[in-house]
Amino acid sequence: MVILQKDVEMKLRSIVEKIYGDLMAGEVPELSLPSRTKNNIVLDEENLVWRYGSQMVSRKASSTDGAGYLIKTIYVIEFILDMMRSGKSSTLREMYYISEGWNLGKFHSQSESNLTAEDLEVVSNLLREDFKLRPEENGASVIGNLTIEERNRKGIFKRINCKDDVGDAGYQIPYTVEEDKLRIVSGDADFVLAIETGGMFDRLVENGFDEELNAILVHLKGQPARSTRRLLKRLNTELNLPVIVFTDGDPWSFRIFASVAYGAIKTAHISQYLAVPTAEFVGITATDILTYDLPTDRLSEHDVDALNSELKDPRFNTDFWKSEIEIMLKTGKKAEQQALAKYGLDFVTTEYLPEKLSQLGVIRR
Amino acid sequence: MSEKGRSPHSSPVEISISEFFEKNRHILGFDSPQKALYMIVKEALDNSLDACEENGILPDIYIRIAKVDQDRYEITIRDNGPGIGRKEIPNVFGKLLYGSRFHAYKQSRGQQGIGITAAVLYGQTTTGKPSEIITKRAGDDVAFRFVLGINVKNNTPNVMVEEPVIWDQKSGTEIKITARARYHTGKQSVVEYMRETAAVNPNMELTYDDPDGNRMVFRRVADMISRTAEEVKPYPVGLEIGEIKHLAGQSSRKTVREFLVGDFSRITPGIADEILSFAGVDIEKRPGKLTTEEISRIKDAMRKVNVPPPPLRCLSPFGEIFIRKGLMNVYGDLKPSFYSKPVERKPSVYNSNPFSVEVGFVYGGDLPVDQQIRIVRYANKVPLLYQAGACAITRAVQETDWRPYGLEQRGGNGTPYGPLILLVHVYGVRIPYTSESKEAVAPVPKILEEIKAALRTAGRELKRYHQKSLKRKKAYEKFNLVGVMLPEIARKSASLLGRSVPDIDPVISKIANVLFITEDISKNGDRVSVTCHVFNYTKQIRSFRLVAFPPVGNIEGTDEFNIEKLESSRRIDIDFQVSDVKGNYPGTIYYFKGIDPVHVLGAEPLPADWKVSGIEVEVGDS
Repeated sequence: MVILQKDVEMKLRSIVEKIYGDLMAGEVPELSLPSRTKNNIVLDEENLVWRYGSQMVSRKASSTDGAGYLIKTIYVIEFILDMMRSGKSSTLREMYYISEGWNLGKFHSQSESNLTAEDLEVVSNLLREDFKLRPEENGASVIGNLTIEERNRKGIFKRINCKDDVGDAGYQIPYTVEEDKLRIVSGDADFVLAIETGGMFDRLVENGFDEELNAILVHLKGQPARSTRRLLKRLNTELNLPVIVFTDGDPWSFRIFASVAYGAIKTAHISQYLAVPTAEFVGITATDILTYDLPTDRLSEHDVDALNSELKDPRFNTDFWKSEIEIMLKTGKKAEQQALAKYGLDFVTTEYLPEKLSQLGVIRR
Repeated sequence: MSEKGRSPHSSPVEISISEFFEKNRHILGFDSPQKALYMIVKEALDNSLDACEENGILPDIYIRIAKVDQDRYEITIRDNGPGIGRKEIPNVFGKLLYGSRFHAYKQSRGQQGIGITAAVLYGQTTTGKPSEIITKRAGDDVAFRFVLGINVKNNTPNVMVEEPVIWDQKSGTEIKITARARYHTGKQSVVEYMRETAAVNPNMELTYDDPDGNRMVFRRVADMISRTAEEVKPYPVGLEIGEIKHLAGQSSRKTVREFLVGDFSRITPGIADEILSFAGVDIEKRPGKLTTEEISRIKDAMRKVNVPPPPLRCLSPFGEIFIRKGLMNVYGDLKPSFYSKPVERKPSVYNSNPFSVEVGFVYGGDLPVDQQIRIVRYANKVPLLYQAGACAITRAVQETDWRPYGLEQRGGNGTPYGPLILLVHVYGVRIPYTSESKEAVAPVPKILEEIKAALRTAGRELKRYHQKSLKRKKAYEKFNLVGVMLPEIARKSASLLGRSVPDIDPVISKIANVLFITEDISKNGDRVSVTCHVFNYTKQIRSFRLVAFPPVGNIEGTDEFNIEKLESSRRIDIDFQVSDVKGNYPGTIYYFKGIDPVHVLGAEPLPADWKVSGIEVEVGDS
């Protein structure tokens, strides 16, 4: 997907043209874009991922919020055009700080500036990489028998085996994993296991789980960054590996799975690049909490709200998820991955995962 | 300190109790050196204010606290009150329970004839030193100076010096007590007491010299005499048997009927007959011959007969002007954004004692948002600094749900959070206190109920303010939108595209379609210069009348402006000055007349009773 700089420039300018044109015509300036809420995501039958539907929202200068949004958008576009002209790039966080000097265009939080950048992607049909904007490295990592080539700062592709050439922390996933930065050479594994927490990732590494069950382990580091999800997608399509997600047993972890498998609501415009529709959830399920009698915490009010909201989320509209969410609401309990240590440090690798993975048909015992 | 013994109704009660109080001084509040200092200042200051108030004098008070040595201080309080008769002095200051008020039926600060004598006794007990008093009555050529103490064994004054002296004051009294004490500032200190006293006595000028040689002055900001209470005869309903018996025994009336009509308030001959026939008591009987049984029947009968509510002349609230001016004077440096119109309840009766409640508050400004509100308690014009938890006022605040009025409060009870200083004053003929030292109002149901009702009214006032400021905020936002943000969109998009800046007036009238009224203010000392901008963002030519109302200070010249034929997309500016602005200027309130309210932002329709209500307030309080 190669996009010429002048096309990017033209697309961004056309957004400003629209605002300017409205003013010239004596109309209240307005931008409309797809509504980015869970009420407006629909299943893309072809790619089996969830994408934005046809509902549009309007950002109109008839309210201070709307006008502020338009001002910020113009400032961001100006900033991007300046970077393109001078051949620079910046992180999203840098842009947030730079906005300090933008007067009325100043962002009040980084999530606000990130959302504006995402909106620009949605409106222009481009990716933020095209805008010279990148996220921070988030430290998510991979361990397993996977060989890749990553282009370094000198522009040379370096070959790395993610088992032999890395330390215990694994290979760190860069912020972009597209073909021009990262090539997948080969992989010898039966499946990919994506793990939510660092503690559990370290436990599986120490127990040699990757070698024992011939798996590639990916640390998601909480809600996974785009590049982590993109890498999972590439491992899934290019090496034809099943992706299994292993998280805590709470409403927020269910959302991590949903964003890996179906796409996140915030980035539904690029779901087809990021989501792995065939990904499966191994646990911790609400049923696991009962079956394995795991140590638990009570659900907070916030947790209960999140679960109820998931019941209305189209991505969770399956029998499996409905039943799991209802069990969790009924028991009022949640558990961490590390709660499995109740039965010893090896329990997760010798008992729990083999048992659950064979139930899913990923391995044969 | 000059009121005792001058009233025609005085009936000194001699009980030798000096020794008892010498050994039990905590009962009167002298329980620690810190507290003792506070009690001495409080008793003297309360007496001075009572005396000035009764005699129509604007109080000028001087207080000095000087360190003598490690734990001893010399406390001096001087007033410009009426002075005390030379013969009264020994008893007033040297004899406990020598008071005229014990049976007086009237609201006042001091009541029991104990306070200042207890202070003299405390000083004598802890330092061995007598007290020094100078007093002069208006019209006298000389003042008299006394040095005196108390013979503890038999509760009699011990006068060591009595001499005429030249005093350059027209009248007044000064007392100097040396006592063991500890000085501190901050909470529950003499300074806090003076500040809270000043907050409700804006007609007082108080000068205070502290032990470190610093001077603090609370200025007089109101030249009005305080409202005073009149002494009235006891209200019969709810009196105890013992009290009726005491009055009957003292009465000079010949028959019970005359006794009821003459010695109580609100009893007419007709009502007296009704009471006595109900009670089955001979109307001709001598009051002194009444048996306890008969008195008990009379007491019950008085409840059954319809006696009109008690006379209200015996009550004395601070009043709206004192509360407003006092709050501004003392809390003005916190720049509150809102001074409430004080709430004054109609009087009620508790055990035959009329009482009432008034509430005032300041809100916003520099007051902390995330802390508990401050409750400033008063009983009979005296600030209450101790025993907050036991006090009816605190209880009433905590048992009121403040959430509907825009304060934070967990679960709708407990002390709420927010930028609020709440002044609550309970006043009445005999306020029940939790202890002899009168530090907290006893939480009896009837009083709690009245305080709560007053708080709810104040709460509604607070809510109205919130709604008003929300409206203002909306008006400001809209103004910001068309005045700042739209021009920025136009400028920025034009510069990015390298084109000329578009004319946005058509867009503005599409969005706004209103008249905007805003202002710029600049403050110089206590003067504020205001420039009021009126923008016509409607499509029509507009004419109307605008009235400016500064919430504080006084507007110079006219406050009414006629706006004639203001064209679409045009603006006019109106300049005026506001003088006498103490503290923060919260912004002018604008009213308009002669245009549909839907077309106006930043001003309110002129109330129908405009200027009428203003005059009523002036008459009612002066």
